[in-house]
Amino acid sequence: MPPPSSLNAAKVARRWLTWLRQNPAALIGGALLTAFAVLALFGPLLTPFGIDQRVGPVYGAPSPAHPLGLDDSGVDMLSLLIAGTRISMLVGFAASMVSVLVGGFVGVTAGYVGGWVDTALMRITDYFIVIPALPLMIVVATVWAPSVVHMVLIIALLLWTSTARLIRAQVLALKERVSVRRARAIGAGHARIVLRHIVPDIVGLLVATTVLAVSVAVFFEAALSFLGLGDPATVSWGRLIQIAFERTAISSGAWWAIIPPGLCIALVVLGSSLLGTAIQHAANPKAGIAHVSSRTFRIRPVPEASRD
Amino acid sequence: MAAVVAATPRAGTGSALRGSVGYLTRRLAVALVTVVVAVSANFLLFRAVPGDAASMVKVPGLSAAERMQIRADFGLDQPVGSQYLHYLGQLAHGNLGISFENRKPVTANLWQAVANTMPMVLLGTVFALVAGMATGLIAAWRRGTVLDAGGLGAALAFYAMPAQWLGLMLILLAAGHLPSGGISDVFLTDADWWARTADHLRHLLLPALTFGLASYGQYAVIIRTSMLETLGEDYVLTARAKGFSNWSVVRRHALPNAMLPITTLIAMSLGLLVSGAILIETVFSWPGVGLAVYDAVKARDYPMLEGAFLLLTVSVILCNLLADLVYLRLDPRIRSA
Repeated sequence: MPPPSSLNAAKVARRWLTWLRQNPAALIGGALLTAFAVLALFGPLLTPFGIDQRVGPVYGAPSPAHPLGLDDSGVDMLSLLIAGTRISMLVGFAASMVSVLVGGFVGVTAGYVGGWVDTALMRITDYFIVIPALPLMIVVATVWAPSVVHMVLIIALLLWTSTARLIRAQVLALKERVSVRRARAIGAGHARIVLRHIVPDIVGLLVATTVLAVSVAVFFEAALSFLGLGDPATVSWGRLIQIAFERTAISSGAWWAIIPPGLCIALVVLGSSLLGTAIQHAANPKAGIAHVSSRTFRIRPVPEASRD
Repeated sequence: MAAVVAATPRAGTGSALRGSVGYLTRRLAVALVTVVVAVSANFLLFRAVPGDAASMVKVPGLSAAERMQIRADFGLDQPVGSQYLHYLGQLAHGNLGISFENRKPVTANLWQAVANTMPMVLLGTVFALVAGMATGLIAAWRRGTVLDAGGLGAALAFYAMPAQWLGLMLILLAAGHLPSGGISDVFLTDADWWARTADHLRHLLLPALTFGLASYGQYAVIIRTSMLETLGEDYVLTARAKGFSNWSVVRRHALPNAMLPITTLIAMSLGLLVSGAILIETVFSWPGVGLAVYDAVKARDYPMLEGAFLLLTVSVILCNLLADLVYLRLDPRIRSA
């Protein structure tokens, strides 16, 4: 096996770019996520006003100086929205990464080791899958002090299960591959087989689940914050919706205090769903064939990857 | 061993029966253990809270001895193990404790809440299923057309919107036409049955619509994917080759098989539906289980929160079990597995 080189990396990058060009959904999703990630990273440099700085009347209407109007204490909504981007994106990405790390580890261990380890791990996964997520999160968040780190852990606590299942199924199939058996026959150790022969083949799936998990995590962050379980000292999109809801933005007709944060959440969720699904399809091309469609009927070639 | 028996030709029905009994026993065992895990988590989590039920009693000038007496009355001076056993025993008798907030039994509070939640969730699910089935089938059928892209795009857009926000948007849109919250008009006192029902329905419409819109997207995507996968199967190709019409292939060969994963996925999505109900009931002040959870969180009413969590968990587990039964009925392959 050739060592990974910069040449290889360039080739991979070029392949990704071609793939993005052929998948408009992935392109849109990727663009949305990148845009919000950039906003989260560099947003504080862009915020026109401080987030605890009173600049006008309560629920001041949008104006050229304040394109998104003012909130219930006369703070610029655009600045609040940008500040909220950082926490919402942070929680979304951190929670999904923690969950995929845990889920990936559980899935690979269960699938590769097999036997009673597999049974035990999958039973635990089953229990976690059945327990309704938000109520359990609410219970844990109620008894745990509110903070961003706790929020990340609480969301990750319930997000890892689907990854574990998916990865386990994949590893079970990969384990029986001829290449893996050959590697074992020439004396490769477990660590080498897992790291060099199994993990590289599930990276695509792991990336897809991470991206998909971002949408769920952002959703749950919004839900928990909306129920008043977020860190009251920080601003996130979910908390902005909560504040607007509790401080009667609706009956004041202050639509500008409530539409933008929800729209941002919807865009991030949409972006990560589009990109994640596209990556998942690239990793599992079977869903791409149909023998019947409404007008034309033709047999499409079976994709190369699903033949082995 | 079971697989060997199933492989011998004569053992057909017997092994199938044994297979389904085994399958059901396994499912039932998982469900029971999950309930026990949830109950224990429930017990332990709330014992981890700083302060106990006795510290919620706020009487000025309460002496340390009196506080100890209250702790003894609540059984809080007992070791955790015996408290846990006592908790399990009370649960088995259907006693979920007394609400800190309104001093009524938690079970009585929850029954009322369930009675309010049911119509909202059922109507919302009907909305979601009808819209989801229609969108998913049409999108799969007209794969790659504008109709597919548009239907799927709309479904994804609604799926992406947080339920609480969607509810607030509908309130903004329907302002002045439909009530924005509550379950009935408190000023409607001496009205007849018709007027009260009409009022009730007017209050029901917005939450149920929000529920439907917030959850139809995932159904549409699931149904479309499942339908597309089925359309790629060889037997669909065979049916096509026999010369059946498109419609007949879809209705008789593809749809029944595509419905299989859909039944389980619908059951799996119940957890998400529960989440939706909590957020939507909060937005619309709909006095159901979801609002009970929200109010319990606000007031740190732990017995109510514990009871509601247990109720939601058990109902989701029961629904999953029901889905397993339906699956067993629909898919004969499981019976012999």
